[in-house]
Amino acid sequence: MIELRVNGRTHRLDVDPSTPLLYVLRDDLQLNAAKFGCGLGQCGACTVLVDGKAVFSCLTPIAALAGRTIETVEGLGTIARPGIVQQAFNIEQAAQCGYCIAGMIARAEALLRTTTSPSEDEMRAAMRPSLCRCGTHMRILRAVRRAAATMGGGVRDAAEPVR
Amino acid sequence: MRVPCGGGGTLVALHPLSDMAETGPHRSRTIALAVVIALLIVVAAFLVAAYRPPIPRIKVPARASFDPQLVDRGAALARIGNCQSCHSAPNGSSYSGGVPIRTVFGTIYGSNITPDPRHGIGNWSLAAFTRAMRKGVARDGSHLYPAFPYDHFTRLSDGDIAALYAFVMTLAPAATDPPANHLVPPLGVRPLIAAWKWIEFKPASITRDPAHDDMWNEGRYLVDALAHCGSCHTPRSRLQAEDRARRFDGAIVDGWYAPPLNGRSPAVRAWTIDRLEIYLRTGLDPHHAAAAGPMRDVATNLARAPVPAVHAIATYIADGMVTAPAARIEPPLIDRGALAARQFPEGATLFAGACATCHEPGAGMIVAGRPQLPLGTPLHEDNPRDVIQIILNGLQPPVGPRGPYMPAFADTLTDAEIAQLVGYLHARYGNGARWDGLEKAIADARKVKR
Amino acid sequence: MSGVTRRDAMIGGGVTVLFAIAHPALAQALKAKQTQDRRLPGDLAKYPYLDSWIRIAPDGRATVFTGKAELGQGLKTALLQIAADELDVKPGAITLITADTARTPDEGFTAGSHSMQDSGTALANAAANLRMLLADAAARRWNVPLDSLKTGHGIVQAADGRTLEYGALAAELDLTVEARPGVPRKRPDQLHLIGKPVRRVDIPAKLTGGSAYIHDMRPPGMLHGRVLRGPSYGTRLATIDGARIGALPGVEHVIRKGDFAAILGPREWPLMQALRVIAQAPWQPTRRRPAGAIADWLIAAPGTIRTDLSQRLAPEAKPVRQLSARYSRPYLLHGSIGPSCAVAIAGHGGLAVWTHSQGVSPLREALAELCDLPLDKVHCIHVEGAGCYGHNGADDVAADAALAALAVPGRPVKMLWTREQEHGWEPMGPAMVAELRGAIDVAGRIVDWRHDVWSNTHSTRPAAAGDLLAGQETGFTPTSPKPLGLPEGGGDRNAVPLYDLPNIVVADHFVPAMPQRVSALRSLGAHLNVFALESFIDELAAAARRDPVAFRLAHLSDPRAVDIVRRATSRFGWATYRPRPNSGRGFAFARYKNLGAYCAIAMEVTVDADRGRLLIGRVVAAVDSGEAVNPDGIRNQIEGGIVQSLSWTSLEQATYGQNRRTTFDWSSYPILRFDSVPLSIEIDVIDRPGLPFLGTGEAAQGPAAAAFANAVASATGHRSRDMPIMPFSRA
Repeated sequence: MIELRVNGRTHRLDVDPSTPLLYVLRDDLQLNAAKFGCGLGQCGACTVLVDGKAVFSCLTPIAALAGRTIETVEGLGTIARPGIVQQAFNIEQAAQCGYCIAGMIARAEALLRTTTSPSEDEMRAAMRPSLCRCGTHMRILRAVRRAAATMGGGVRDAAEPVR
Repeated sequence: MRVPCGGGGTLVALHPLSDMAETGPHRSRTIALAVVIALLIVVAAFLVAAYRPPIPRIKVPARASFDPQLVDRGAALARIGNCQSCHSAPNGSSYSGGVPIRTVFGTIYGSNITPDPRHGIGNWSLAAFTRAMRKGVARDGSHLYPAFPYDHFTRLSDGDIAALYAFVMTLAPAATDPPANHLVPPLGVRPLIAAWKWIEFKPASITRDPAHDDMWNEGRYLVDALAHCGSCHTPRSRLQAEDRARRFDGAIVDGWYAPPLNGRSPAVRAWTIDRLEIYLRTGLDPHHAAAAGPMRDVATNLARAPVPAVHAIATYIADGMVTAPAARIEPPLIDRGALAARQFPEGATLFAGACATCHEPGAGMIVAGRPQLPLGTPLHEDNPRDVIQIILNGLQPPVGPRGPYMPAFADTLTDAEIAQLVGYLHARYGNGARWDGLEKAIADARKVKR
Repeated sequence: MSGVTRRDAMIGGGVTVLFAIAHPALAQALKAKQTQDRRLPGDLAKYPYLDSWIRIAPDGRATVFTGKAELGQGLKTALLQIAADELDVKPGAITLITADTARTPDEGFTAGSHSMQDSGTALANAAANLRMLLADAAARRWNVPLDSLKTGHGIVQAADGRTLEYGALAAELDLTVEARPGVPRKRPDQLHLIGKPVRRVDIPAKLTGGSAYIHDMRPPGMLHGRVLRGPSYGTRLATIDGARIGALPGVEHVIRKGDFAAILGPREWPLMQALRVIAQAPWQPTRRRPAGAIADWLIAAPGTIRTDLSQRLAPEAKPVRQLSARYSRPYLLHGSIGPSCAVAIAGHGGLAVWTHSQGVSPLREALAELCDLPLDKVHCIHVEGAGCYGHNGADDVAADAALAALAVPGRPVKMLWTREQEHGWEPMGPAMVAELRGAIDVAGRIVDWRHDVWSNTHSTRPAAAGDLLAGQETGFTPTSPKPLGLPEGGGDRNAVPLYDLPNIVVADHFVPAMPQRVSALRSLGAHLNVFALESFIDELAAAARRDPVAFRLAHLSDPRAVDIVRRATSRFGWATYRPRPNSGRGFAFARYKNLGAYCAIAMEVTVDADRGRLLIGRVVAAVDSGEAVNPDGIRNQIEGGIVQSLSWTSLEQATYGQNRRTTFDWSSYPILRFDSVPLSIEIDVIDRPGLPFLGTGEAAQGPAAAAFANAVASATGHRSRDMPIMPFSRA
């Protein structure tokens, strides 16, 4: 029996402890945001926050998560009450197929919690572990810059201004 | 005052303190003055001995004055010498310095070696450049910290130094200064380096060894004079000079462990010339793990170096490992899965969920021919540093955009979890004695700054 | 989510004047019929009945049907804008049904950037027809002239203020009537949503963990499925030990049919672990691939079908300089971020499949044949997957799900490919090679132009069971590939330049033999052909010692083309550009298929030879998509197309040995990451209200590739003609 604390709620699960968090989130807790992209830690579609840091849920066995805080994009906000990063992504219309976007939001959230004023290079380096195949990168970066500004900071040496 | 010394005799002190104590303040003031004067004489003598005259500035040489072929040769030598590693910071312009080199004496930043006259070495003549490479003295006469491996470059031929000079003098000038060094006081005082040199450094050159062929000799020259492999792979004395008696015995660098390159090599597969050449040029040999950490930079540079030079290096280094265990017999790969799972049950669970998808037989990359875990040297070294660094930081493709890619687990797993995992991996696949103190080693590894 | 929230949509207030004075021909329109000379526009011609496209319920809710699918290109939103504006209902009152073989018109594939032209145009006209009929019904009821009425927000209003709701009016109409050609659409000043950057209706759920993809479906009783195959197309597992596999933990069913094999189980993780155990068994190749460079192989391949397109208008031209060059691209992966997925359930003698296939109707036919079921017993419904960019694994996984579902009737099966399976088995974008020859005269004008292009087919989309992997594994044979022919084209798409060239020969060499599995990848041949011809134009310009933009303009008379060339280059600052050290600039433009959207791109690139790095700086583009339904959607597609094309052109290359594809994951097939995307991208969207809608999804691929090649040549002084262009890498 494993106890997991996800988005502020505790769940008791009778699941093989080696099971990566991704499958538990999607199949046992019916949470959609974290997605299967590769299962290899190469694409970031599965990114969630553990103790405030971005991790690949496809490679995080739930055995490693006892007593740790797990947040998914669902915990950051809803359509009616979106979080700052989600709202920024909506304003910038930062999605095409959208499959990678929840992972991007989680990774951006983790970055902005460490600093609301990363440099442009630091922002790009922080987002690098997440892949986008549709080429939505420019909008994703615009959304992160917008969210940083909304949080009272702002990306330094920004390649594009927040409009 | 009699001072006993070994051998049965006694040594008579020149200035018996007990005698002096009885003679009053006038006498002690004289003695004090004498000591100060003596010290001043010693310091003066030292400063005189340490003094190197400045070499006059020259006008920045015109790019067109350098023969393009010489420049190309210099560029190739710079790749073999891995100059970028210390002289090109990732976000700065090429060769403008700024890479921190962390030593026990403090942090030294690689200097700007572009031909900018104010911030770089644009005013250096060939003579000044040569003196720096051979003797570790800058144009203005100041001594250079031996973090700059002139203990190796001193062996470079005149022709190669001239080629490197042509190369650096034709780089794009960068008008930036690297950060100031932070050294443990009083080591910021450069003349003290002269003392270090007096003890530990001697300019030298390499003579051909007739017992070996040209390829081997070329390799030895490149390794000792230019590629400076010993700077990482040879342990250092207390004064941080390479310990010649333990050449290529392996050493710690930036939190990683550069394994032995001699008969002590713990690799479980032979380092033949061919395998070593492939590894150096591509960062991955199918019989060993990928080039990682500081070695990744080496592979990135050697990938663009002339192939015959890399072949020569491989020839020389491989020859040094012909007495290593794997060179004689390659053991079957160890896999003590059940035992390791009993000793480290949490580690086994973590491995199954975090690692098996890529690292177990049947995984996509294994089916595609990437090496399995027990082939890699890290699990057979006498310390867990490399395994820990790879788990914490992951791996990027060593050469080019394609190649081994591993995510970082620093934020995914706690120190205790990584300790379980490393214990499991070593118990399952490793040669050698059990690694102790894993949690502390992991905590220390996290502190290593990049 | 089908409507648009009030906060997100920019809805104009009030009602619209129904008939402007500018449309006196309305009375005639009411009586017009579809004839030879007055065809209905778009897919309305194939499905002329209004209620195929729109139905209005008694409560006034409109249901709009399209046979096209949302691929992440913003189709749903654009069609909602069109329907809402032309019908005069609030978007929130519309339910949009996309590609469903039981409910929507069969509009073929959502491909080729045809959706706006085919479906958008059909809907716009169907909606205009329906609004006219509703107003006409109200006019007859009130006995007032038609042109005294106004419509808006689902009501018709008389001059004296009386209103009737659409729901009430529609209840008395038979909408199984043919649309009439020539019914006037709204004037630009009457539009509230068309032409505005309305926010996409599907994005909010995607930002908050809503259910948006097939991957999110969890019907009760569902079993997870994984298919068992060798590491790549052209391989198979040597043995499949059904008993041993069935004994693996978590495997509830082992499906075997011919060479097709799959496992089903209630939980995913045990199935993933089982796959790994199964993959330890040896595999064997089922075919051998040719060794050597693919470009050489293509040119020498036997059985090539050649099609010539030529004109010789100025045979007396005297060339003074002649140039020739060869350009190539390797096989490219679609590389969908989310591997292909399908949900299927069998029962009652039939099969229902939820799929992200681009063509639910052709897929349905192929599945009916594969499963030996009557066509009307197979139902395919489109649900979004990850971006597909053409024919990826979507159809194959649907077939895998179907066969598995038939083995467990009544239980839904969700079949998901692994990353390695998607990389190893998806049909790739074909490798291509083009040889160009040209000549300029003493005045620096192009007087001769020759373009030969070699390529496999660009479509092996399933028409029949044999085009599905599961079909090939159960005894069906693939359809033989045939050339598509211009104006659509396959490998020859965009091989004919838009420039005014008096003497030109374009030859398409269709190579039927396929060493690798290939099919449609976004823009088909346009990527390589525009890369080639726009690079060659630069090379000719250099030979003529002319600025590359001025050189192009000297050969261009299409006014819309001239317009975007000028816009993009002036915004970039082409004329006043001062090169910085190690930097260069490049320009390229094309009209997609010579009849689609126009796109011009200028960019700056900086090279760092010492560290072997290439940095893409500022990118400026101008695009003309005719009447712009959603300018932000256009911008999104062009930005995305530019970044994707830069990834293809500067980095990507599928690799293979003699026995298997060696591209198996992102480490062996890297794509552009955040640290390598451009510094900035600016897009200028030219709106041309009243002109036909032009699909934009594939307009940027070719120009971005060529602009990049030209910028690299400018920065390094050296011309690279073979993609991927990596001037420094040796790996």
